[in-house]
Formats: sequence, structure tokens, C-alpha cells
Amino acid sequence: MSPDAKRPRRFKPDRDVKEWKGAYVPYDFLKEAFVAFLAVGVLTVLLAVVFSSPDEPAVTLKSWSIANPVDFAQTAITELDGTSAVATYGPPYNATPNSSQHIGFFEPNQWFGVHQPINTAQDFVIQPLRTLPSQPILQAALNRYQSASTTQQTSWTTAYEKAVANANDVHGRLHVPLGPYGPVGIIISAETAMAQTGGLDGTLLSEGQFYNTNYTKPLLFIADGTYLSNLAGAQHLQGSQWGMMNETGNYPGQAWLWLYTMWYQVPPMNSSSNGDLEVWAIMMVLTLGLILLPFIPGLRSIPRWTRVYRLIWRRHYRSLT
Amino acid sequence: MSVDTGSHTDEPGAEESRQWTARARRAAESAFPPDRLLPDRQPAYMASWIYVFGVLTVVSLAWVIITGCVLAIMGPSWWHVSTAGHFVNSLHLWSVEAFFSFMVIHLWGKFFMAAWRGNRRLTWATGVISFAVSVGAAFTGYLSQQNFDSQWISTQAKDGINATGAGAVWNVLNFGQMLMWHIVLLPIAVVIIAGLHVLLVRRHGIVPPFADDERKSKETVAPPAEEPA
Amino acid sequence: MVLGALLAALINLNGSGHYIHWGFIQISVANFVVILLMIAVFVLAIVLPFPRRKGRDE
Repeated sequence: MSPDAKRPRRFKPDRDVKEWKGAYVPYDFLKEAFVAFLAVGVLTVLLAVVFSSPDEPAVTLKSWSIANPVDFAQTAITELDGTSAVATYGPPYNATPNSSQHIGFFEPNQWFGVHQPINTAQDFVIQPLRTLPSQPILQAALNRYQSASTTQQTSWTTAYEKAVANANDVHGRLHVPLGPYGPVGIIISAETAMAQTGGLDGTLLSEGQFYNTNYTKPLLFIADGTYLSNLAGAQHLQGSQWGMMNETGNYPGQAWLWLYTMWYQVPPMNSSSNGDLEVWAIMMVLTLGLILLPFIPGLRSIPRWTRVYRLIWRRHYRSLT
Repeated sequence: MSVDTGSHTDEPGAEESRQWTARARRAAESAFPPDRLLPDRQPAYMASWIYVFGVLTVVSLAWVIITGCVLAIMGPSWWHVSTAGHFVNSLHLWSVEAFFSFMVIHLWGKFFMAAWRGNRRLTWATGVISFAVSVGAAFTGYLSQQNFDSQWISTQAKDGINATGAGAVWNVLNFGQMLMWHIVLLPIAVVIIAGLHVLLVRRHGIVPPFADDERKSKETVAPPAEEPA
Repeated sequence: MVLGALLAALINLNGSGHYIHWGFIQISVANFVVILLMIAVFVLAIVLPFPRRKGRDE
């Protein structure tokens, strides 16, 4: 055995402790646990009876397109022309270059690549509209659009974006000023009408399968518009409102996320295009720091310096005098 | 007539048995003799209400799981269409709020006691890790609500998770995936880590108070030995 | 009907939330109350006397 193994270490009060050789008292753990179980049960029932729980109904493509057909159409055109947030997101949805967040060379989103492939023009607009039967005008418009050159398509979609910026909603129906947007007007009007019937929700969710529990496509489409985020803003749920901590209404939310959301409010994270990755990195370091606190001199001395323990163990210290 | 129970510890050579079963039993008996696993006494310095927050956290977790099981019996959509279901959902929500509140108070108490002292660093670490995993379990719960809240949370959280690359396989917009993480994988993880945490507390006992004399001791201490229960 | 009345909330927390703004901090009244309660419970847990046990083993 090496001499080092037998050499005693210096006693450090923030790391080491003298074994207890003093008195013991009877302690009934199972009874304590049982009483605690009943007490927490009563507390939970009381809180549930008094306050219940929130259940704000979900937004659908149907409810969105009926409530705000203009916003829906303004979003739909960006899905068709590939300028929406999802269309330009990058991995894991598509391979848009220079779109992943990074810290220096560390760019994990890019490294992991595209695993939830989404082509917004095809997946959100063209393929759903192709499922509609008995719509020869619409099908002809889709054929004309898809057979046109990229330059022609861009010319049409740009013209439509300009026109739909001045669109209005007349009794729930979309009215877009005329313009040189070719077949795109018919396409987006049909998309809006399909959404308003509920057909788009079903088509985007099912993806050609009967059973599906993956809501990626309808959720991403809804989140690209302003309707969902406006509802969230009204409930103080947006990032800049410390929303990560909050719940709808006056319910308590996730107070334990206070530190995570705090970093989003301070520079440089609050305006950085890499803010999410930066906040993650900070929280990983802090979590590791908390796990390894017993090894960190200074921090592990705070309990001894603050002397709160004198209150906790006051009966013990009195018994020593 | 005696019945052969299979435990032949009185037979010659039994102690040297190299069976996995015998070795596992000996290791468990050595680490957790019955009066250490379920002690009926505690050191006299355990005289503060702060000590009950560990067990309050554990029983709150029990209520979270029980109410979650009731929700599972009827399926994830039940609480939207049934008053009784909504009530059980409320029980689930408030038991989660109780769980996190008691756990954080427990953490504050253990911090101010410097409860990692005396080779209890792994106890501390498993406590922090079970907190972190619990946050993940609660997060997947919020995603499983199938309402506006889960729509907003998922479409926002996806940016943070995608930035780390985890979004390639862990898709918060995939309700089915998130529900299964919430009701299968993460509860198992929480229970295992919290269970290890409790076993470590039983193994090492609760941390003794700081010595009354706070000056840095010039004494030495022998390499750590077994602490009494 | 009675069960429904019992199981509905006595205090309705739905509707527009109330928030406290303090510098760059924004916190819901609900979360603030929860945190205050936790601090209060922590302080009480430390200062309230714990019942003495009979039968000390030396």
C-alpha cells in the first residue's frame, strides 16, 4: 500500500464532519411518512376544490382562419414562397444555410442535421390542396403554378405579398386587392377556405396515415402566424414577458424556471440570434456547478458563514453548554 | 419437517459463495442492515421542522404519480370532457406545485446545513439531479395537456431544444412522443434517482451539525470510515 | 349536478392575469405569492420549536 493512502487529510469543516457519538432519540419514520401523505393529500384536494386548473382551448387552423383570415393568408403566402420562419428555420426542419445557432465553432443543431423534414410550400399548401376533389379551377391553378419557372413563381408570390398586406376580412371572407399574382390568389383563397372548414387541420395532422399523434406540421403552421403569439402576449406568456414561468390566467406557473427565463431578459442574450443556445449553456454550467457545489471552495463555505445552521441545530448547541 | 428456503448460510463454505445472488445479498446486507434501512431512532440533533421537507417531497411525488395513474386510466383527453376528469387534473397540477415547493424548501434546508459534508456529496448530487429530471418531467407534462398552453409551450420551447441539436430526435411538437416520455421514461428516471437519493441518506445517515468551535481545525481526520446509522 | 358544483372552482383564477413589474423583473401575482409562501414556510420551519422526544438513548 502506498504511503499516500494512509496519510490522514486535514479536516476541512465545509467538507468533513466528525462522526456523531452522541444521543439518539426514537423516531417513527413510517408514521411520519403516513401522516405527511395524508396531509399532502388533504392540501392537494383543498387546492383543487378551491382553485381548479386552467384549460384554455387549443387554437386550430380552422379557428385561426375564421378569427383572422387576413393573418392566415399573410402567413400562408410565406409558406408557399418559402420565406416563413419555418421555411427558413434550418435544421431539424430543412437545410437553410447559416441558420443554426452557434457559440463559436459549437453549432450542434447543424451537426445533428435535418431529421424532421418540412417543405412548407409542398407540405403546408400544395399537397393539402391537391387532396380536394372536384375543384378543377384550383387544380388548374396549382398546375400552372408548379409548372412555372422559379422566377415567375417569385414574381407572383411577391405581388401577392404586396396585395395581401392590404387585404381585409368581410364577414369572415378574405378580400385581397387585385394584382399581378397569377394563380397564387386562387391558391391562397382555397387554402384559407380549406382551413375554415377544418379540412386543413385534418390533412396536415394525418399525413396520409389514419392514426397520428405527431402535431409538428399544424403546430408549426399555426406558430408562423401572429394569432397564436398575440393570444400568448395577452396572457403574459411571451419570452420577453418572463413567460416561461407563467400560466394562463392567475394560476401559478413554473416558478422554478425563474433563473432560466431571467437570462433571456438580459444582454446579450435578449437580443442575440444565438440566445437560446447561450442560455442553455449558462444553465448547464450553473446546474453542473450546483451538482459539484461540495467541491467548490468558497461557495461550499456559505452555509458556515451565514450561520443559519445555528438556528436549525439550536437545541443541539444549547445542550453542549 | 423443515422447509428448505434456499438460504444455506449456516453451511460450511457458504460465506465464500461466489454466486452473484449470494454476493448481491451480502453487499445489500452490509450496506443496508435492516436497522439502517428502517431505523427507529435518529440522532438527537434532528430537532427541527426543516427535516420533514424531504418526506413531504416524497409523499407529494406519490400523489403526483397516483393522480397521474388515474388520468392514465381514462386517457389524455378525458379531463377536457369530464368534470371528474378536470378535478383529477387539478389534483395532479396542485400535487406538482406542492412537490416542487417542498423540494426547493428541502434544498434550501440542506444547503444551509451543508448536508454534503462527511462523504455525502453523492447524496447532494443525486438530489440536484432528481430536481433537474423532475423539471423535465413537469415540462413534458405541460406539453401533454392538449390545449392552448401546450401549443404555446411546445412552439416556444422547440427553439431552445433545437438549438442544442436535441430537437433532431426529441420533438416537443410530437404529442405522442412527449406523452410517453412523461408517463413512462421520466417517471421511471425520477423514481430511480430519488430512490437512490433516499438510500444514500439511509446509508450515510443525516449530516451532523457543524462543530461548535468554528475556527478552522488543525486536527486531521482519518480517511473516511463507515458512519453509524 | 352537485358533484359538478363541488368540482368546479370556488375561486376562479381564469381571466386576465395580474402582474408585478419591478425594473426588468415581471412576475405574476400568483408566482409571487407562491414564492413568498415558500420563504415564509422555510423561515417558520427553522424557527418553530420541534416537539421534544421522550426516551433518549445514550
